[in-house]
Amino acid sequence: MTAYIIKRLIAMLVTLWLIITLTFFLMHSVPGSPFNEERATNETVQKNLEKFYHLDKPLIVQYGLYLKSVVTFDFGPSIKKSSQTVNDMLGRGFPVSFELGIVTLLVAVISGITLGMIAALRHNGIIDYAAMTIAVLGISIPNFVMATLLIQQVAVNWGILPVATWVSPKHMILPTLALATGPMAIIARLTRSSMLEVLTQDYIRTAKAKGLSPVKIVFKHALRNALLPVVTVLGSLAASILTGTFVIEKIFAIPGMGKYFVESINQRDYPVIMGTTVFYSAILIMLLFLVDIAYGILDPRIKLHKKEGS
Amino acid sequence: MELRKRDHRYTASEISDEWFVQKTKNENEAEAVVRPSLSYWQDAWRRLLKNRLAMAGLIFLILLIFMAIFGPLISPHSVEEQRLANQNMPPSSEHWFGTDELGRDVFSRTWLGARISLFVGAVAALIDFIIGVIYGGVAGYKGGKTDHLMMRFVEILYGLPYLLVVILISVVMGPGLFTIIFALSVTGWVGMARIVRGQVLQIKNYEFVLASKTFGTKTSRIIKKNLLPNTMGPIIVQMTLTVPSAIFAEAFLSFLGLGIQPPFASWGSMANDGLSTILSGHWWRLFFPAFFISLTMFSFNVLGDGLQDALDPRLRR
Repeated sequence: MTAYIIKRLIAMLVTLWLIITLTFFLMHSVPGSPFNEERATNETVQKNLEKFYHLDKPLIVQYGLYLKSVVTFDFGPSIKKSSQTVNDMLGRGFPVSFELGIVTLLVAVISGITLGMIAALRHNGIIDYAAMTIAVLGISIPNFVMATLLIQQVAVNWGILPVATWVSPKHMILPTLALATGPMAIIARLTRSSMLEVLTQDYIRTAKAKGLSPVKIVFKHALRNALLPVVTVLGSLAASILTGTFVIEKIFAIPGMGKYFVESINQRDYPVIMGTTVFYSAILIMLLFLVDIAYGILDPRIKLHKKEGS
Repeated sequence: MELRKRDHRYTASEISDEWFVQKTKNENEAEAVVRPSLSYWQDAWRRLLKNRLAMAGLIFLILLIFMAIFGPLISPHSVEEQRLANQNMPPSSEHWFGTDELGRDVFSRTWLGARISLFVGAVAALIDFIIGVIYGGVAGYKGGKTDHLMMRFVEILYGLPYLLVVILISVVMGPGLFTIIFALSVTGWVGMARIVRGQVLQIKNYEFVLASKTFGTKTSRIIKKNLLPNTMGPIIVQMTLTVPSAIFAEAFLSFLGLGIQPPFASWGSMANDGLSTILSGHWWRLFFPAFFISLTMFSFNVLGDGLQDALDPRLRR
């Protein structure tokens, strides 16, 4: 197990380094400097600005400086909003995005597992078909479409919930719903298929033969094993939720990281783009790593295999 | 024929022709196969035909392709025709899907969007297919150290957050159709490579491949004639899932303002334009592109599901 964790850890660091490098060189291959806009600056100001942002040094030196700053978690100042640093923006935006992401993930996991479980237990019944139709629809409708539909119907036509912003729990309902539908649908389908497979296993028959109550069989024996495949997709689901926050935060005017990211893309604010990309990637890669480790711990077959091997 | 002791050994001279009975043709016919023998593909097609939801998806997609090609011709209004007097008109017999803020016909533009969305989906799937099959095929077939090294690279790419990379490349290269396709292809082929490699790894140890090798068949021919046809099922399923994810990524990018730029339109950019007017009640500007994105993704998803069931040899009846 330790060897496995170390191997994964090294892979994680390599991926992270690759992303930092890729981001850095991509950003620097863009023609033009962030300072040559319509506003003409005189030459000394230009020189000083370039010096301040280390743009006068050779590329490889800049790369080294950037690596150093990333390791020390200092992403430098924003070019467009000169009074702010990237760290300020991340510090302000991250808690909001984190809140949105976590609530969404919880809603998606709980409702997805429930939906999938019910569908599997009522296999080929009306409830099964209804649940799976909802699931395929959930996968097919992009989150930004979902978000606008919800705003149009719930907020504008019915006027029950606020249209935008992020102030009270009431404001959180629509963005969370819009963001959670897709992941929920994926989890529901996965839970259903793995639950159906588990329910045909011998140990379920044994449990039934022992006279265990159906509730106990489903929750103690079937569900625990059926959820293993669900754990494996949690990492990529978290990724889709994270990128989903870009559009959802844009649509609902939520002051999260995604909003800064989209803004910085439109304004070509390179330090902010680099900083947020690296930050997002670090979170995602860490999540994938944790999911891998969790899977290794949860799945008894993997442990058994390791013991036999050593 | 008399009975002999069990341990008696016959010599060659003792075996006579009378022992053997010539079977007549009639007896052979009794063993004839009653059910017509179906090839793998015929059987899969037969099972797909029975899956109503998948067929509905397939029929919708065929209609969509037809409309993407001929839709703008059917409409009485051209894609670029602007009539400022007809700004933001709701759907009517004149403009079936209404008009936008420049008085352009949304019906015509919806099919223009369909062209771009389908084109992005098809090209992305094709590039994924080419790179993924070659890469995965070589890794799986060579095995050993080559495979190990090639898969390490894939693993690292797999760990990259897909949409972030796509956004990053779009920022650098500037928005446009080519950028989107390039960005989607950079990391998109990885899933396909993994699937092909897994399949090849399994199939290359089967007897018929071994037989082929024994006859001295060239490696390239073995891959082309023995391995690929037998991995086609999972490859097709993967492709039907790549297309909607590429269409979604294009819509997502266009929605963020990184995708298709005017005067071209895609469903994503139309939805983005429509979003700003939704509060003023111009629902049709958002509804039609959003509706067709969703229906297209739905069709590809149910078709993919249906193909997965139809092509799974374990489910063959």
